[in-house]
Amino acid sequence: MTLSHSPTVGRRPRRTLTFGQVGGRTVTALLIATFVLFFAIPIVWLLLATGKTTNQLLTENPFSVGNLDALVANWNALMGFQGGAVLGWLGNSAFYSVAALVVTIVVSIPAGYALALSEFRFRRLLLVATLVIMLIPNTALVLPVFLELNTVGLIGNPLAVILPFSFFPFGVYLTYIYFSTSVPRDLLAAARIDGCTEFQVFARIAMPLAAPVIALVAFFSFVQNWNNYFLPFVMLPSSGSYPMQVGLTSLLSATPAFNPSSVGAASIELPTLALATVLSVAPVLLVFLFSQRFLVAGMTAGGTKE
Amino acid sequence: MTLAPSRATRSAVGSETSRGRQPGGRRSTSTTAQSRMGAAFVSAYGLLLLIFGIVPAIYALWLSVTGPDGSFVGVDNFVQVFGDYRFIPAVLHVGLFLVVWIVALLVFVVLLALVVHAVSVRWLSTAARFVFYIPGALAGASSVLLWLFVLNPAASPVSGLLNALGFESFVQTIAPGNLPGVFAVIAFWTGAGGWIVIMYGALNNISAEIMEAARIDGANPVQIAVHIQLPMLRKWISYMGVLSLAAGTQLFVEPQLLSQASNGIVGNDYSVNQLAYLYAFQQSNFHGSAAISIILLLIALVLSAVFVARGGLFEKD
Repeated sequence: MTLSHSPTVGRRPRRTLTFGQVGGRTVTALLIATFVLFFAIPIVWLLLATGKTTNQLLTENPFSVGNLDALVANWNALMGFQGGAVLGWLGNSAFYSVAALVVTIVVSIPAGYALALSEFRFRRLLLVATLVIMLIPNTALVLPVFLELNTVGLIGNPLAVILPFSFFPFGVYLTYIYFSTSVPRDLLAAARIDGCTEFQVFARIAMPLAAPVIALVAFFSFVQNWNNYFLPFVMLPSSGSYPMQVGLTSLLSATPAFNPSSVGAASIELPTLALATVLSVAPVLLVFLFSQRFLVAGMTAGGTKE
Repeated sequence: MTLAPSRATRSAVGSETSRGRQPGGRRSTSTTAQSRMGAAFVSAYGLLLLIFGIVPAIYALWLSVTGPDGSFVGVDNFVQVFGDYRFIPAVLHVGLFLVVWIVALLVFVVLLALVVHAVSVRWLSTAARFVFYIPGALAGASSVLLWLFVLNPAASPVSGLLNALGFESFVQTIAPGNLPGVFAVIAFWTGAGGWIVIMYGALNNISAEIMEAARIDGANPVQIAVHIQLPMLRKWISYMGVLSLAAGTQLFVEPQLLSQASNGIVGNDYSVNQLAYLYAFQQSNFHGSAAISIILLLIALVLSAVFVARGGLFEKD
């Protein structure tokens, strides 16, 4: 952001603020403060809640800091739920997300490269189909894919989640944009003149240059897969194969504070549920903390700048 | 289809290849070996596109016009679904949610992007965008679960605010009339930050000369926003609107979890997608489920296709 964007740097010096400008600044400050609180309070509260006892959570100041003992107790309660089911769900999430990520990379990078730098039949059709499907919400195809996989008996199999996850048109489009704007065609042509085969051109010249876009596709694929709820919810009927997002709903059902019929030996207290929520987003939250530029670069890729 | 601007963009982005070369030049350099390699390289992706994009859509379409015995029944499944006593309320629920959410997005995302962009203190602007964007990490069930806490006056960090609004218990907060607003708040909280950051980026691309010229002509910040910045943001605003509209019609996880958390006070047939789910999983009526899915898919497809054809935001070639 340059100085020229500042409304105060213009012909008028700072000191001679008019009444309207003071009012404008007050409104601006209030607006930003309100929304900073709106976005930040739930997360701060959630993080603090993991270190409290149920009693502290319900009676103390919402922003009081808990203690390590309570955090350990909550952790133990969570890990004790259904004999350590939570660790299994986290493991499933990691397995599905990473397996799909690997397939996505192996499939998308060559596809985007070919779409950008070579001619073949149906190329344009494939490109337009990719663009259209990329823009429809990924939940729109979940039930149709379920109906399809149901007829071939794949429901309950991890492949029923990993394979649909691996179909990632957005990744192909990102790669396509990257190769068509950032890789000099003359470089590839020079490699051909030097005697490289088409595959060698891709493997030795294009791939090493593609590291940034591979990272970008991996990031989006992982975040989307990890956070996906609807697809695994539909495809995986048994608790043992749930990813964490779906497992959270089992924990919710076992929380008497929300579901009074669940009072019993296996019940979950509110701070424990808060801890589970934090764990369910921890990997993505970590990635997000360091990736704002990344995210924006991806979401605006290919957009024509005005 | 605005081919000319997108080519201009391509070279503006700094592609060394298009410099001094006709945009169509690539086609003439293409050889048989390259096109064979191209076809081989897209084959795996093409296969996935077929299996998880096109075939399921066609299969669902086929299911939606056939009966349990496989015979063609025309629009009977659609008539049955439309006649279901739960269908119209579900459509209204989703419609109401969409109105609240889209309006909130259009107003507040644009407003906050403009305001954050106008802040001259650099660290404040950066920090504000960071705080806005972080909730995006909490998608799906995690974000809903967090909001169940926030909306429950017994545990909420803002229980004072809830009480002031007249909500003394969780059941009161999630009264049927409040739900479109509740879902809109959750969706806004999760997704608005990403869009604010994007709009902010677009504002940064407006040339400094234009802004300066407007200022010299005596335009105040509000006039600059209305007459210069807003028109420049138009494409991004419509992009956000179209994507959000398509995504919002799919409403599922929010009411599903709330139904579970409220012990059934919120029905599990609140949204259209939930109804499609119930048809498949509770009534084992795959044909009715397919009919609803096809309607939702069609809405998303039309929105997406119109945008791709008219938007000019994406480079197709």
